[in-house]
Amino acid sequence: MSRMFPLIVEGAVTRRRGKVLVGPVDLRLEARGVTVVIGPNGAGKTSLLRMLHGIARLNEGRVQWACDEAEARERQAFVFQTPVMLRRSVRENLTYPLRISGVGRKAAEVAAEGMADKIGLSGALGRSALALSGGERQKLALGRALIREPEVLFLDEPCAALDGRAMREVEAILLAAAEGGTRLIMSTHNMGQARRLASEVVFLLGGRIHERGAAETFFDNPETPQARAFLRGDIVE
Amino acid sequence: MKTLWVAFAAVMWTVQVQAEEMKMAVTTSFHNSGLSDVLLPAIRDDLGLEVQLLVVGTGQALRLGAAGDVDAILVHSKTAEEKFLAEGNGTHRREIMYNDFVFIGPKSDIAAVGIATSASDALQKIAASEQTFVSRGDDSGTHKKELSLWRGAGLNAETFGDWYRAVGAGMGAALNTAAGMNAYVMSDRASWLNFGNKGDLALLYAGDPVLFNQYAYIPVNPEKHGHVQHDLAMQLEGWLVSDRAKELIDGYQINGETLFVFNAVQ
Amino acid sequence: MGDLWDGLSQAFFLLVTLDGDLVEITLRSLQVTLSALVIASVIALPLGALLAVRRFRLRRVTIAVLNALMGLPPVVVGLIVYILLSRSGPFGVMGLLFTPTAMIIAQVIIIVPLIASIAHQALRELWTEYHDLLISMNTTHVQRMKALLWDGRRALLTASLAGFGRAIGEVGAIMIVGGNIDHATRVLTTAIALETSKGDFALALALGFILIGLAIAVNFAIHWLTQTEREGRW
Repeated sequence: MSRMFPLIVEGAVTRRRGKVLVGPVDLRLEARGVTVVIGPNGAGKTSLLRMLHGIARLNEGRVQWACDEAEARERQAFVFQTPVMLRRSVRENLTYPLRISGVGRKAAEVAAEGMADKIGLSGALGRSALALSGGERQKLALGRALIREPEVLFLDEPCAALDGRAMREVEAILLAAAEGGTRLIMSTHNMGQARRLASEVVFLLGGRIHERGAAETFFDNPETPQARAFLRGDIVE
Repeated sequence: MKTLWVAFAAVMWTVQVQAEEMKMAVTTSFHNSGLSDVLLPAIRDDLGLEVQLLVVGTGQALRLGAAGDVDAILVHSKTAEEKFLAEGNGTHRREIMYNDFVFIGPKSDIAAVGIATSASDALQKIAASEQTFVSRGDDSGTHKKELSLWRGAGLNAETFGDWYRAVGAGMGAALNTAAGMNAYVMSDRASWLNFGNKGDLALLYAGDPVLFNQYAYIPVNPEKHGHVQHDLAMQLEGWLVSDRAKELIDGYQINGETLFVFNAVQ
Repeated sequence: MGDLWDGLSQAFFLLVTLDGDLVEITLRSLQVTLSALVIASVIALPLGALLAVRRFRLRRVTIAVLNALMGLPPVVVGLIVYILLSRSGPFGVMGLLFTPTAMIIAQVIIIVPLIASIAHQALRELWTEYHDLLISMNTTHVQRMKALLWDGRRALLTASLAGFGRAIGEVGAIMIVGGNIDHATRVLTTAIALETSKGDFALALALGFILIGLAIAVNFAIHWLTQTEREGRW
């Protein structure tokens, strides 16, 4: 069904001011599932996601989608750890991605209302996005990312600052999206969330992929001592 | 907002309906005399001609004429006017009228300009007592006249000390400065009479024929600047030397004083 | 003190009698400055956005030049515009010298650097906020500039108002290129200069008070407009 996958990453490195943020990374991602990237702070989770999404400069190697690059750029979206709110109403935040890709105002607003329903913000369509709470902001960012029905959705610690209820709501939206066929690639430092959502796990350490495996295998029986230590809650370097 | 734009349109429209317009550069002293407020409406009535005045110093008026930015000039600096003509910037020079320069100073009159016997004597008294003197210093007709008077009195303005203040400004600004510093200053009579901020200043000396100030009218040369409205400039000249103009110019008074003497050769 | 009081009472008198000349030069002041403001904003605001969004080679130079030009003396602008528009200058054939159009041109040149500079400052902050999102959404440069201009509109309004303040109070340039011709190019500031040169301080002050009042009124009007927008839309 998807023409984007497999995603093939070979020898990819991202640096900032000469310092390696992530890489070299070799990776092949298939069309199905929820990939969760875990690892200690500074391991390069955010950098890896940004590199795959194409918004971090690629200093070496390649990140190759199966389809051509322009099409791939159109079919993915990214939700940032701190949601970026356009200084507009909730409705305009939701219609923006559609409007810039040429959808008419009417159609965009209909879609925005449908999405607001899904993310539980129907009552807030007319409010300023800046007036939303943290949880509402993250839901809006999710809705805005999903409204163009991307094939791939990157999420960088989407629940880092949320309370339990907001986290439950966000996870519900994510699961619904995954069931709808959206390929999720996300990072988290919350192991509970990783267990709840992941079908496969990428364990990053020092900018490299240290271990990768199906979720059940990884959580029940990690191969490397570092992964075992990390899952136990020990400090890993 | 809409009414505002309507009002703008109205302003623009009133400017555009006027039948004929020409631009004339005149000196500040002429405009400040208030005579233009009498002459311009009469010109409009008699000729249907709207004369737009650019009120500038003589130096700038001559520049505007040389660049072809005005159709005629009315100034009072004979040497500069003749140079202007020699460079082919104007067609001819027509003397229209004259007024006179006067010496203004503090009522206390420490330099005793009030009892001077001539313009030269007055200036020598000021220089000798080193009382503060405000000069236009702007290369205007009045400024040039002042410099020639110093020379006539056997003095060189460039060698003067701190008491000689060249302000580099128009007549009004120079009078304001003089009022503020309680200084001596040379002004044309009209500007002085119309000036509203006299302070402690008074007219101290006038009447020497060397102080007469001849105004001349020069149409800008259409051979040099094809767009110049020479016909209108000639119409205006015809009016300025007419009996009607003579009557208005000779009859113009401020506080009962006559300011200008019509002397055009008709 | 006496002059101040005279000025105030004369301003009041001119206002209540709706003095014809006063209305004319006030409207002309508004016409010239608002036209200049609209044109300058159309140039300067996108320029500010462009400087925020794009990293082109001459960007730093452009910013430095803009900042330097903010301090440009209006008289210099006036002289340059005069020389360009003079009959013996390159654009002389257009016959624009000593018209409101010439005054608008001069004011545009004076306020474009100011508006662009303030706009750039404001939009640069917004851009650091939007950068990741708009890049991620694969927007074009024009779309990014549009988003910044629209969402930063309140800050941009401040930039434009600063430009308005500088333009409405400007006298040096428009005196040279407008010529202060009665019923053609006389505006509040040039009229004030004229009355001052005549030593009629009371009338000059009266016009000055009206100028201040006008500036305040325009600022209030625009703030009120944005206020209603905030309540209406948000």
